[in-house]
Amino acid sequence: MSAQTTAKPSIIIDGVKKRFTLNHAFSLKDTMVSWIKRRKLTSEFEALKGLDLVIGEGESVAILGLNGSGKSTLLKLVSGVMEPDEGQVLTRGRVAGLIEVGAGFHPELSGRENVFLNAAILGMKKHEIEARYDEIVAFSEIEQFIDQEVKHYSSGMFMRLAFSVAIHVELDVLLVDEILSVGDAPFREKCRLKFEELSARGKTLVVVTHDMEMVRELCTRGIVINKGNLVYDGEIEGAIALVDK
Amino acid sequence: MSEPVTYTRDLFSDVPRSDFDTPGKSRGLIDVVRWRYLLSLLVRTGVTTRYRNSVLGWTWSYVRPAAQFLVFWVVLGIFMNLDRNVPNYAVYLFSGIVVINLFSEGFKNATTSIVGNAPLVRKVFLPRQLFAVSAIIVSFVHFLPQVALLLLVCLLMGWIMHVSILGVLAIFAAMLIVMLFSLGLGLFFGAVNVRYRDAENIVELMLLLATWASPVLYSWTYVQDAVVDRLHWPQWLVDVYMLNPITHGVELFHFAFWRPATENLVAGAGYVGDQMMAIPPGLAWNTLWTFLIALGTLLVGQLIFRRLEGRFAQDL
Repeated sequence: MSAQTTAKPSIIIDGVKKRFTLNHAFSLKDTMVSWIKRRKLTSEFEALKGLDLVIGEGESVAILGLNGSGKSTLLKLVSGVMEPDEGQVLTRGRVAGLIEVGAGFHPELSGRENVFLNAAILGMKKHEIEARYDEIVAFSEIEQFIDQEVKHYSSGMFMRLAFSVAIHVELDVLLVDEILSVGDAPFREKCRLKFEELSARGKTLVVVTHDMEMVRELCTRGIVINKGNLVYDGEIEGAIALVDK
Repeated sequence: MSEPVTYTRDLFSDVPRSDFDTPGKSRGLIDVVRWRYLLSLLVRTGVTTRYRNSVLGWTWSYVRPAAQFLVFWVVLGIFMNLDRNVPNYAVYLFSGIVVINLFSEGFKNATTSIVGNAPLVRKVFLPRQLFAVSAIIVSFVHFLPQVALLLLVCLLMGWIMHVSILGVLAIFAAMLIVMLFSLGLGLFFGAVNVRYRDAENIVELMLLLATWASPVLYSWTYVQDAVVDRLHWPQWLVDVYMLNPITHGVELFHFAFWRPATENLVAGAGYVGDQMMAIPPGLAWNTLWTFLIALGTLLVGQLIFRRLEGRFAQDL
């Protein structure tokens, strides 16, 4: 038995199917017109077609695949934003998602207020945020602008702060979706080191990205999804080779 | 190390099933208590950013009800002479309007709260009821200055000499009933609004009717007279009318503010107008019934909300 299978599972995805119903008619008029023309009102789209996956504690896993293969849907199911239609998703410990950081930022509030608001949205308690506040601001390197309204921030500053909040959340499982591509080179390097540190502390990392360099450095296991099916699960190099070709 | 993981083995051999959570399972309103810190931040954000970038700022919280009040008072009170039949009509009017405003504001904002927070709902899992609850609390914060104004006017009219403990209790009962009711309706329409934006328009329509469906501009005795005495319809229609939680909230506010404030006026020497109409029958019992109705609305709203919640992220 390999090291992976003996690790305690952290995320279990068991026969998960996810369907989206696409509506073609929204109003009563559209519905009548479609009905007269005998056109279908809705069509189904299966984003995940029965996925089985076990991710062990402390693993760093990259989920790869082309656009529309169902990667983000999978991550949304793990984070709890969506529910599977069939099968079950189970997680152990605190799950935090870096799924589009800054979603909870309010442009009219100052950087400081936004740190508290966003950390609370990600599930942190008041004393936890207070304890980590200095660390969060230091990591973002925007101390001198922290009392300004966020709407005056440049997109880079905004991203740094948002990312900094998200990465300092107390967690056991970290979901990362496509945010590694933003920021300048020094900040990206800093983020990478932070991920490595989390990984070294035994946190589970699930990364969805198209940035193969980052994946190669961070992850040990690669999973390739194609059109809602699992097509590869194993060593990272194999996964990258499969996607890149 | 790198060989594919096999799934044939028992998934829960190392860690028991009970250690796992199902992501996205919320416990409804109970979760709101656990996330109270975020709730307090959402309320603070809602209150502080509302009048950001406006010169008059919080004054708008007074201007709107003041304008509303003036229109009704001039048209109905003076032009249409309701002033004559209901003593101290201005206070009567205003104590009803503040209740309607609390309800409208809370209900409307709770309905749009889920769609208004779409970026968050789509990306982060958190109890979505928080948005509706915070909308109600924000509307309550905006309602307080209006009550303060009402109280000030009543105090000037000798309210303190005639108010009873029951009157003070009535204030709190009214606020509780109206807020529970608007939260219940807000949860229901907020959840429906995600899929069918018609909900917003239906709510607008309901709010338009709410002012007229409660004895804000007129007295409840008009309804009694019209329905039973003139139309000879059964009495239970009036009873149903009185069981509307908003109607009851308005009546409780009349009982708490307008009545004590008007005693001096009608008892004063040289007063020639009408006396105050009777307190609606069963005001105490109706408080219990309307409280239960509001609570029931909240439970149903919560049930529907939780039923639809799973689809929010994909429907937005």
